[in-house]
Amino acid sequence: MSTPVILANVSRRRFLQGATALGGFVLAAGLPSVGRAADPPKYGADGMPNGWVDDPLVFVAIADDGTVTIVCHRSEMGQGVRTGMPMIVADELEADWKRVRVMQAPGDEKRFGNQDTDGSRSTRHFFEPMRRCGAAARTMLEAAAAERWKVPVAEVEAKNHEVVHAKSGRRAGYGSLAKAAAKQPVPARDAVRLKDPSKFRYIGKGELKLLDARDMVTGKAQYGIDTRLPGMLYAVVARPPVYGGKLVSVDSAEALKVPGVVKVVEIEPSPAPAHFNPLGGVAVVARNTWAAIQGRRALKIVWDDGPNGSYDSTAFKAAMEESARKPGKVVRDDGNVTTAMEGAARKLDAEYYIPHLAHAPMEPPAATARITQGKCEVWGCVQSPQATRDLVAKRLGIAPSDVTVHVTLLGGGFGRKSKPDFAIEAAVVSKAMEGKPVKLTWTREDDLMHTYFHTVSVEHLEAGLDGQGRTVAWTHRSVAPTIFSTFVEGAKHEAPLELAMGVINVPFAIPNIRIENPEAVAHTRIGWFRAVSNIPHAFAVQSFVAELAAAAGRDPKDYLLEIIGPARQIKPADLQDAWNHGESPERYPVDTGRLRRVVETVAREAGWGRSLPKGRGLGIAAHYSFVSYVASVVEVAVDDKGVMTIPRVDIAIDCGATVNPDRVRAQMQGAAVMGVGIATLGEMTFKGGRAEQENFHTYEVTRMAGAPLDTRVHIIPGDYSKPMGGVGEPGVPPIAPALCNAIFAATGKRIRRLPIRDQLKA
Amino acid sequence: MASVTVNGRRHELNLPDSTPLLWALRDELGLTGTKYGCGMALCGACTVHVDGNPVRACVTPIAAVGNGKVTTIEAIGTDRVGRALQAAWVDLGVPQCGYCQAGQIMAATALLRRSPKPTDAEIDEAMSGNICRCGTYVRLRAAIKQAAAQTGGPR
Repeated sequence: MSTPVILANVSRRRFLQGATALGGFVLAAGLPSVGRAADPPKYGADGMPNGWVDDPLVFVAIADDGTVTIVCHRSEMGQGVRTGMPMIVADELEADWKRVRVMQAPGDEKRFGNQDTDGSRSTRHFFEPMRRCGAAARTMLEAAAAERWKVPVAEVEAKNHEVVHAKSGRRAGYGSLAKAAAKQPVPARDAVRLKDPSKFRYIGKGELKLLDARDMVTGKAQYGIDTRLPGMLYAVVARPPVYGGKLVSVDSAEALKVPGVVKVVEIEPSPAPAHFNPLGGVAVVARNTWAAIQGRRALKIVWDDGPNGSYDSTAFKAAMEESARKPGKVVRDDGNVTTAMEGAARKLDAEYYIPHLAHAPMEPPAATARITQGKCEVWGCVQSPQATRDLVAKRLGIAPSDVTVHVTLLGGGFGRKSKPDFAIEAAVVSKAMEGKPVKLTWTREDDLMHTYFHTVSVEHLEAGLDGQGRTVAWTHRSVAPTIFSTFVEGAKHEAPLELAMGVINVPFAIPNIRIENPEAVAHTRIGWFRAVSNIPHAFAVQSFVAELAAAAGRDPKDYLLEIIGPARQIKPADLQDAWNHGESPERYPVDTGRLRRVVETVAREAGWGRSLPKGRGLGIAAHYSFVSYVASVVEVAVDDKGVMTIPRVDIAIDCGATVNPDRVRAQMQGAAVMGVGIATLGEMTFKGGRAEQENFHTYEVTRMAGAPLDTRVHIIPGDYSKPMGGVGEPGVPPIAPALCNAIFAATGKRIRRLPIRDQLKA
Repeated sequence: MASVTVNGRRHELNLPDSTPLLWALRDELGLTGTKYGCGMALCGACTVHVDGNPVRACVTPIAAVGNGKVTTIEAIGTDRVGRALQAAWVDLGVPQCGYCQAGQIMAATALLRRSPKPTDAEIDEAMSGNICRCGTYVRLRAAIKQAAAQTGGPR
């Protein structure tokens, strides 16, 4: 099919009332919009900037030889989207996967729909549009064949890359029909006949190999850091070591003497809140990356640290603990906690600490930019190609239409690469080099010390138990600098979307619940990290439930189920959750039946209750996030010296129906490792405003020997007519609490401060 | 002026002798399959072979390579063990983002050459210098065992 066309009326921005109700990270994407009061709320893909597009002329091209090219408009960062998304189209198209090629879309949301690959949204938002897209293309091929054979269209059927007329036995390959099919009208959306799911060839099977696997294991795969252009220069940047700091002076004489160094370029700082803008500093441009790194070492720079120069994470922890022990802004209040606490037979409280984390994708941020005749091209490992395009344009003072963003493979993302500051830096430096191509690479030190840090938090919980040990009162005070501090001046409270990640929306059958959110001021650049605020909230909530079970002398799994209560569907609004991951409250109520089911499934599959040798224990945790339900059982073994190993992890997930169950399993296996890393090792600390961990020797992440030896994933079967849930993130939150609950079962020691590190050592 | 032999070809490099092999491979020779991950031999993403031994290219100056023969991920498929590992990686769907996997395969190739039927403990020891942030370790281990079953055993 020939020229892709642009659909009219594809701009489906979600207009939200108020400054704090945000769908996805609309504000973070630089696109705040104030709606007209009459606009009805929009949810799901409808609620995202530029919504969805399902036009086959945009996504599908068929060559004369029958090769089908399908566009993937979402960024591949290991979740398998370049396999999954085209697979949906190919299935409805009745295309033979062996003859399918995948083309990565450049940043252009007007044309492709929302591309912000974040929030565990790709499959749940684009399953239906991509199905319609493939089905529409199939319909056009069928129409072209019927026209050629002069038979009613109802008599022909597309099947495995050809259209068949059974009556006459005629067949025509897709290649031979391509030109005629492209001239057929695109069928009306409601006239498109979707396949019966029982006829799916690829969807739900998990049998296709990962599209890029071969390239990945042979060194051919191209990541952001791998771009090479003729005449390309290489750059690294010295950034202010403290968030909000700026350059006072730079002496670049020695740097310029380093062989290969070409030029030293200043980058204007962005005052806090920095949004997605570069932090500023000094770029060293050279003939190769190593020369640039050596040149940077030779710079003599004086920085003004600014107001965050006193940030000390140890002192900040103490200040947060103080806040957490006093009443704060009430964000949910059911029943009467005060009275219930007074009448309780027993009262318990506990406080949990979860430090700052860095994403540390194995590929650090890297982008290449080139400016030719006022037009800028960017190649980068970006999760948000449209935001990259808009912000590069803004910084260069040109129109977004004059910026092309080529999306490479991402060597991990985890939320870091949603923020295109590094691509803007590349464009700024290219401009300073008269538009020459410049590849700008972040070293690991840059990545760890200047990322958009996962927040730090103190979670204070109190509960009252009745005479039978049942929880009758629940108070949770969550104290954490908000992501919005990076975007909005003076933001001091967790935003509704952060609170709705497992603190206000606990779907517990407890009659008296009060949730409070005292203030916390951010002193570094805070951003979202895979699973975001669900990490601290789930750690605290699921650890505390196990602590209550122990206090009540009950089995932790039974007690968890009792607290969840009977199967029921809860309106998010009843939990004071106005966000609901941007999804419709009617389509996506909080379903405690599904939460119970993952708990029961994982317990059964993990052999909950089985007898274990001394020093071994099982822990369980469950969490609802990204509109999916996940429960985990972790088995730990702790020896006499306090050395812990993890023989096995079981995870049950209910994310609705699946497109590629093998990748769902892979995401859960990976989430187990990341969760173990968060629990055992990960911590970024600050002194004098500076991040103290520079590389993997001080910011440790899980390695093979510390990872679970066996991870078993149990996927709850779903129904394709029901809404899907997210997969990329919801596996992470239950791991740390399940692990710490297992340690308690094995040793009697309760971990309330992450990471565990040597807390188990005698 | 140094020269290195990479994947069977000799290259003259107009770079200071102290330049790490990693940047010579990536920026000068265009062999971008070998990845940067830390620059301090902490993550294994840059693992290549010099005379069949795994080394971290990010901390190996080109001068130190001398007459050693460098093999990178681009050529490891010509090796029987390397090829079997690549096939097992694809078959078991090991990669997620894939970025670290070149280094993983180079490390695993060296392991299987040294120990054709490695135990879990040997796998841990040989592979724990290679970080995978996506957390593919369970499949990585399974793929090493699958490749070992095909290529290993008594010689």
